[in-house]
Parts: sequence; structure tokens; C-alpha cells
Amino acid sequence: MRPTDIRSPEYFHKVVDCQWACPAHTPVPEYIRLIAARQYTDAYMINWKSNVFPGILGRTCDRPCEPACRRVRVEKEPVAICRLKRVAADHKEDVRGLLPRVPAEKNGKRIALVGAGPASLTVARDLLPLGYACVIFDADPKAGGMMRSQIPKFRLPEEVIDEEVGYILEMGVEARFGHHVDSMRALLREPYDAIFVGSGAPRGRDLDLPGRQAAAANVHVGIDWLANVSFGHVHRIGERVVVLGGGNTAMDCCRSARRLGGQDVRVVVRSGFEEMKASPWEREEAVREGIPILNYLVPLEFTVERGRLTGVLFEKVRAVYDANGRRELVPTGEPRIHMPCDDVLIAVGQETAFPWIERDLGMEFDRWDRPVLDPVTMQSTLPRVFFGGDAAFGPKNIIWAVAHGHEAAISIHRLCRGEDVHDRLPPTVNLVSQKMGIHEWSYDSEISPDERYRVPLAPQAVALKNIAVESELGFDERLAFLEAQRCLNCDVQTVFTGSRCIECDACVDICPMDCITFTANGEEEDLRARLRAPARNLTQSLYASDALKSGRIMVKDEDVCLHCGLCAERCPTGAWDMQKFLLDMAQATDVPKHACAHR
Amino acid sequence: MTYIPKPGFRHPGAAVNAIGYARRDYEGAVSTLCAGCGHDSISAAIVQACFELDLPPHRVAKLSGIGCSSKTPAYFLGQSHGFNGVHGRMPSMLTGANLANRDLIYLGVSGDGDSASIGLGQFAHCMRRCVNMVYIVENNGVYGLTKGQFSATADEGAVKKDGAVNPESPIDLVALALQLGATFVARSFSGDREQLVPLVKAAITHRGAAFIDCISPCVAFNNHAGSTKSFDYVREHNEAVNRLDVIVGRGEITAAYAPGEVEEIVQHDGSILRLRKLAAEYDPRDRVAAMTYLEERKAAGEIVTGVLYVAPDARDLHDHLETVETPLNQLGDEELCPGADALAAFNAGLR
Ligand SMILES: Cc1cc2nc3c(=O)[nH]c(=O)nc-3n(C[C@H](O)[C@H](O)[C@H](O)COP(=O)(O)OP(=O)(O)OC[C@H]3O[C@@H](n4cnc5c(N)ncnc54)[C@H](O)[C@@H]3O)c2cc1C
Ligand SMILES: Cc1ncc(C[n+]2csc(CCOP(=O)(O)OP(=O)(O)O)c2C)c(N)n1
Ligand code: SF4
Ligand code: SF4
Ligand code: SF4
Ligand SMILES: [Mg+2]
Repeated sequence: MRPTDIRSPEYFHKVVDCQWACPAHTPVPEYIRLIAARQYTDAYMINWKSNVFPGILGRTCDRPCEPACRRVRVEKEPVAICRLKRVAADHKEDVRGLLPRVPAEKNGKRIALVGAGPASLTVARDLLPLGYACVIFDADPKAGGMMRSQIPKFRLPEEVIDEEVGYILEMGVEARFGHHVDSMRALLREPYDAIFVGSGAPRGRDLDLPGRQAAAANVHVGIDWLANVSFGHVHRIGERVVVLGGGNTAMDCCRSARRLGGQDVRVVVRSGFEEMKASPWEREEAVREGIPILNYLVPLEFTVERGRLTGVLFEKVRAVYDANGRRELVPTGEPRIHMPCDDVLIAVGQETAFPWIERDLGMEFDRWDRPVLDPVTMQSTLPRVFFGGDAAFGPKNIIWAVAHGHEAAISIHRLCRGEDVHDRLPPTVNLVSQKMGIHEWSYDSEISPDERYRVPLAPQAVALKNIAVESELGFDERLAFLEAQRCLNCDVQTVFTGSRCIECDACVDICPMDCITFTANGEEEDLRARLRAPARNLTQSLYASDALKSGRIMVKDEDVCLHCGLCAERCPTGAWDMQKFLLDMAQATDVPKHACAHR
Repeated sequence: MTYIPKPGFRHPGAAVNAIGYARRDYEGAVSTLCAGCGHDSISAAIVQACFELDLPPHRVAKLSGIGCSSKTPAYFLGQSHGFNGVHGRMPSMLTGANLANRDLIYLGVSGDGDSASIGLGQFAHCMRRCVNMVYIVENNGVYGLTKGQFSATADEGAVKKDGAVNPESPIDLVALALQLGATFVARSFSGDREQLVPLVKAAITHRGAAFIDCISPCVAFNNHAGSTKSFDYVREHNEAVNRLDVIVGRGEITAAYAPGEVEEIVQHDGSILRLRKLAAEYDPRDRVAAMTYLEERKAAGEIVTGVLYVAPDARDLHDHLETVETPLNQLGDEELCPGADALAAFNAGLR
């Protein structure tokens, strides 16, 4: 193996599993330490810079960081990264003074943004401080996109949306709300320097089964129904409700129905429980609220009597796998099941729709009728038009919409300055020793053995009565501290200086996780098999040194390192040091090219 | 030392041995020695050896005297018996314990000061009597605990950290052990874990007085240029006569080695020490030749390591004294105090 190049920003970034997994690359351990130190405002601002909506995401994020959390590899559950983010938002002071200043003098460039969801709002937030004029169109009366129209209020209170969307609107967005954009051709004719399409994936799939038309009054497309609930057009639902579908939308539908008069609410899914698309925690909540989830049932027909829905007819299936492991659902032959109900909510998926974009503008669409985009720059084949969020690659989530927004903002800024949009700044990286004394580090190196703390909930009797009551109460300061202490500080890196090492083995012996080995060099595959503990997790790097005095090399398997710093404490020569790695993603900025690429 | 406790988390893929313990189950408290001390490496080698031998920790007794080295039994085998006695007196305490309970595995841990200075007489008699034990001297050439004075094993001409040169000639504990009748004698280096672990395992399985002189750099007082017990000096002058590759149980199939390359020594319990020869003419069963060889190589400035001598069928102190097979704590009052009549009969037998 060749010695590891720790100067490449990628190497240590990958060690910070959560930050690596976050689409916006939020410096997670950095803000968690600040929460433990009760510096909530600082923790909030770190989040705000990366992910724009800490209060919203701290309640709703899909949290790709959590399954990636190193803690999962040493015990059962990840750090509650997402809910700690909410703590920063809940306990912060007024941050208005800390937000970037928007110059009074504009740079003369005008940008149109279609849709006021998280993707467009992120683009606006990044560009407004640079002097751009940002005009946002949305058919809805208020900004927020699906964060406002879809996510039920018991998961995300209106005030939180108002506050965080407000920070951006107050920067001087030119809002055109209640305005549906009907023609891209027309928009292109207006004097905009660039157009950003953040129109989401607004079309909910329907189920065209017998009885659908006759029962129309009581069969609703889930996302339309949720929007009607959010905007106060719908206040009630029947006592018996069947929700069709196994994703997060189905979970929001059933839990909303439970709060709007549904007594016997059930979720019916074609597939098995394990294959359901809904996040495990969403499923858990539904079950906790007394909503049964019934699997392997395929809907056949909406039954109707005297012009009114009476129920849904299902066929029981089982999963059969062919030689290639492909699943097929095969009827079991059991008698059909009729579930009587008063209302049905269809939550079987959503898709993008661009009826307002003419197809003769020179903008290419692929065979799924999605715009052809550069996945890095988010640029369409019309150089002035960029896409992001659900509109770009189909429905994802808020944090991806934010990440797309940042990238599109960089592209738009470069385009407007006449630069190549492909030429992008690397992240800035900072690596600093945390040593304060012989056994003192500037971070809390002791490892908490505690299991994951549960977020306290509002009593069900209260929560189920009113859809506006937030079901989670959030961590209080004590719980937040205890949970924050579970973080392993994966950004405090073990940095090895071979020229100092006397090969005394002290680090090998103290390491609780058998990470470190001194051995003869070899190919990576061979080395992985003969380390002190075999390095079987191929997604995690080996850190290899140059040849040492004895001819051997030091190899560290990053996989389950606790970042406890014991190796560095035991090292008599300082060959190991604990150094904090802070990586900041490049965002749209006026700093000249490469000026901030110091590593 | 470190102030945070060693985390309880372990590598999820950590191996367990035949009795269900992982290596970390053989650890002790976190060491309070200087970071990088060779003694900690020896502790780790003992942990590894006991893990690999599947030893039930409660069958092991650790005894020691005074010194940094003698403190180490606190840092390994936390679930075993331990006794930290007075300076240089580990051998007599261990002899007594062994006489009382011959069923335990005895690990005597000492330093060069503890064994070659104040405890030299104890060391000599314990070897001579062939007490069934492992005797490890963690040899750093100084009194580490009392801040680095030369010990009796410091080489003539060795330079202390303050520049003073040692005018006296050293005691070579390996030569003494051979001469006094130890039945297993080895030398190793704390910085060579691959050599040390099998040696400790062999010493544990050996019946008789098994002595290991383990050179163990004192990073605080004896790891500088001019020291002959530093990491660099020992690495440069280390000449192993053989490599103990494996210890195998009775009747196991042997791996392929070229003839003449390997020597197998069968011990009393049927276990086999498989030695890969590095010095072609070296025969670890020939005590006199071993003594000569060692003196020659020492004169040439080499530090000879490896299994230097084994008497596979050694008789130990219990054999010599024809003591009772059963540990005393398992005998009843009647057997231990057979009464006045038995005493009278015994005395009559001596008249
Ligand atoms: C029920 C449900 C629950 C969800 N829960 C979560 C969750 O908990 N966490 C999470 O991360 N994600 C969740 N999502 C997904 C998340 O809401 C979206 O991925 C995200 O909002 C996409 O952001 P966006 O900026 O691309 O567009 P959107 O938020 O979809 O916003 C698009 C906006 O564009 C407007 N628009 C569209 N076309 C036009 C036009 N022609 N003219 C004018 N305006 C137009 C729309 O009115 C809308 O306001 C959920 C989605 C649904 C359906
Ligand atoms: C009877 C007695 N005499 C002297 C001492 C002081 N003393 C403590 S440790 C030590 C020397 C230890 O040297 P060594 O055995 O080599 O151990 P090291 O610390 O080098 O490992 C001495 C002389 C003592 N504790 N007791
Ligand atoms: S920080 Fe060092 S001692 Fe701690 S787990 Fe990682 S490698 Fe091991
Ligand atoms: S503790 Fe330090 S000097 Fe000793 S082997 Fe480890 S890195 Fe090298
Ligand atoms: S003084 Fe020397 S022998 Fe004692 S602990 Fe420190 S390094 Fe080890
Ligand atoms: Mg000593």
C-alpha cells in the first residue's frame, strides 16, 4: 500500500461518516459539541450555513447521516443527529444579526425562481447577499413548497416554517406568490439572466381501479388531500379510513386522518413490512398511534353502493423470488378481503410534471420526461436554465433540495460572471491539533456508553385531538447534553507522523478497538486480512504510513475508531496527534478563484 | 497515564478463545507507567499469550516485588490472583504459594533492580530449586521507579541520561539462570511482540523454572544515544538464534518445513515447541554449549535472543521434595494435622 495522502480533503472527510453522508455536508460533530457546550446559537449558525433550515430539518430531515453514524458500527443506534439539530433551533437566541448582509447596491443581475420550495429558497439565500435580484414565483399563497403544503403541522409547526422561510424572504426576495407560471417560453423572453426551476414533483399518482370514478367524492389523492388539510380547506375525514401505500406520504396521511376524526384508520400495503419505503421512525410512530399496517394486500376495486364508497376489495399475495432475486407478488388464492370504509387516501407515489415547459425551446428531456441535467452544475441543456430539488431527478427530500440549491447558486453566479460553470472551488479544510496538555484535549474524549435517548412526546390524548399540536416535544437541555455526549467526535482525527514513531507499541496496546497495527507492507487486500482485527468493512479506509525505522509500516483501520485519543495520550513521542478537521463546502461567493483553497 | 477510562466498546469482530473470552478480557487496569514504557508491551504480550492458551484467569497467580516492572501485574489479568510484595522478595513468596497450591500457574514479574540487585539471592535459589513458574525480568538497565540509577544489569560503558558512564561489569541474568539450573531460559525484547508472545506461551506450558530475560526500554531514563537498552540499540544488535513459531498440542499434524530447518521439542505434557533455526549450529538442549555460545556472541557485541535452553523433562521443586499431589487447601484437617500419634511415629522413624 502507498502511504495515505491525508492532504487530500476527501480522506478525512470520509472519516466523518455523518458529514460525508449529508448531502449538504453539514459539519455534524462540530455543532454537536457546541450543543453540549450550550452554545446553541453557534450550533444553529453552523447548520444554517450548510443546510439553511435547521429548525425544519431538525424535525423532518430524512437523516441520511444517521445510518452512516459510526456509532452504529460499535453499538446499536446512531447519535440522534437530527433531533439535536432541533435543539440548536429551539434554544438559540435571536440570529437575525448574524445573517449575511444584503448589499443595498445590487449587481444588476436578475434571477427568476419557479417554485418557493427549499431548493429555490436556498438559491435565493446564496445569491441575495451577492447583490442579485431574486424573483420567486409560486402558485401557492405562501413560500415553503411542500414543507408547508405537505408535511403535517403535528410534525412541523407553521411558526418554524414562517421563521426560517422568513429569514430568506426578509433578505429582499421579490415574491410573486399565488402566481402559477404557465409558460417557460414567456419566462425566457423576460429579462432574466438565469432561471432556476424548483417546481418540485407535484403530481400524485392515482389508482385507476373499478369504482374509482363512482367513489370519487371519498377517494382522495394523498398529496392533494394533505395540501387541502395544510391550507385549511379540509377539516374532517370519515371514521373508517383506508390508506393505500407504504411510503412516508402514507404515514402522514394516516396520522393526519387519525387527528381529523378517523377512528379506524389502517394502512394497506402491497409489499411486506420490511420493504416499505417509509422511514422506520415514521412507521413506528404510526403504529404507536394505534394504526395497523397490513401487508401483502393488492387493491382490486373500490366498492360503491348507491353512488357512495362502501369499501375496498383486496387480493392477498405473497412474495416469490426468481433466480435473479427479483420479487414478484403472486396471489395466494385465499378469498378476497373486503374492507368497509368511509374514505380512501391514495399515497402510492408522486412524480414531476412540466406541462408549462414547451418542448420546442431547445431544452432536452429524457425518456422519462425529465430534463437532461449536468448532475454537478444542475444546468439544463439551455445554459440559462437550472433545475434543483424534486424537479431535478424526481422526488427526494428537503436536504437534497438544499444541496442542489447550493450547487445551482454556484453555477448561476459563475454564469453571470462569464465564468465556466464547471470550474468549481474545492471545499476549504482546516486541521488543527486539539492538544491542551499532557492528558488534556480541547474536546471531551471520554466515550459515553449510553444508549440513544428517546425524544419526549406530547401525551397522545392531547396530540390526537388537534392536528396543530406538535407530537414531539424535543430534547430538553439535560437530554440534549447526554445525547450530544454520545457523539464520537469523528472529526477529531488521529494524525500520524512516522518520523517521530519509536515503534514502542503503546498505541497498539491501549487502543480499545484494535485499530492500529505495525506490520510488513503489502497490497491493501492482503493487509486487511492480517491486521490486529481484520478490516472487513471495505467502505472504510486504511490509513497507511511510509516505512518506519524497522521497515514495517503503521496501518490504521478507520472503521471503528472511537476517536478517544488514547493512542495519542499513550504515545511517548507525539507521533499520534488528535487534530480537528473542519471542512467547509464551497458556496456561491465573490472570493476570487482558488483563493480559499488552502488545505 | 491517562485520565479517561478505557472505553468498554470493543471491536465487533474481536475473536474469542476456546473458553469464550476475548483478548480484552485478559486486560487489567489502565497502566500508570510512562507512555511508551517497554514494560507495558510485555504486559500486552502476557495478555495475548494467556488469551491464546485459553487460560481460565482464575487459575493464574501473579506475584511481584517493587519497581515499575513489579507494578505491571495490576495492568494485566485483572481477573487473576495477585500479590505485590516487598522489594526483591517475589521468589520466596512465590515459592511458598507454589508449595501450598501447586495447581495454579505462577507468574513471577520482576525488574533488573528487583532481581539482580536486592533480590539476587532470592533469584538464585528459586532457579536452583526449580520452582515451577514463569520468571520474567523486565530488564531496562536502570531503577526506573527511583528515577533512573544504573542497575546491576547495566552494561559496562553504558551512558546514563546525565552523561555518567557505568564503570562496573554487568550481571547477565541469562548466564546465571543457565548456570544455576533453570530448565527453560529465553531472552527477548519488548519491542518484538512476534518473538515474545510464543516465548511466554512456551514458558507457561513448561514445567520447571522458566526464566525470560526481556529487555524493556525505559523511555524516561534509558532510551537515549549511549544506552545499550534503548529501542534503537537493541534493534540494531538483536540476533535471534531461533524463532519459536508455534506451540502445538499433542498429536497435531506438522506444517511443511525443509528438513534441518526446524527443531521440535516435546515437553512433559506432550506439547511441542517448534523452533525455526536461525543460527544453524545452535542446539537449545545443550546447556554447556549454550553458555559458551552466549559468551562468544556477547563478546562480539550481539544481544542473543530466542529459546536459549530447554530441558523438556525437567523435575521441579515438588518432585524433589516428594510433596503431596493435592493442594493444601483441598486437604482436610485430619490430613493436615494427623495428631500426636502420627508425629511420634514419624519421629521414631528418624531415630
Ligand atoms: C407528504 C409528504 C411528506 C414529506 N415529508 C418530508 C419529510 O419529512 N422530510 C423531507 O426531507 N422531505 C419530505 N418530503 C419531501 C419534500 O417535501 C420535498 O422533497 C421537498 O419539499 C422538495 O423541495 P423542492 O424545493 O424541490 O420543491 P417543493 O417543496 O415541492 O416546492 C415546489 C413549489 O413549486 C410550486 N410550483 C410548482 N410548479 C409551479 C409553477 N408552474 N408555477 C408556480 N409555482 C409552481 C409548488 O406550488 C411548490 O410550492 C415530503 C413530501 C411529501 C409529499
Ligand atoms: C527495601 C527497599 N529498598 C529500596 C527500595 C527503593 N526502590 C524502589 S524501586 C527500586 C528499584 C527498582 O528497579 P527495577 O527492579 O529495575 O524496576 P524498574 O522500575 O526499573 O522496572 C528501588 C531501589 C525499596 N522500595 N525497598
Ligand atoms: S482514537 Fe486511537 S486509541 Fe482511540 S479508538 Fe481510535 S485509534 Fe484507537
Ligand atoms: S505509541 Fe507512538 S511511538 Fe509508540 S508505536 Fe505508537 S505511534 Fe509509535
Ligand atoms: S520510569 Fe522507565 S521503567 Fe518506569 S514507567 Fe517510566 S519508562 Fe517505564
Ligand atoms: Mg529496571
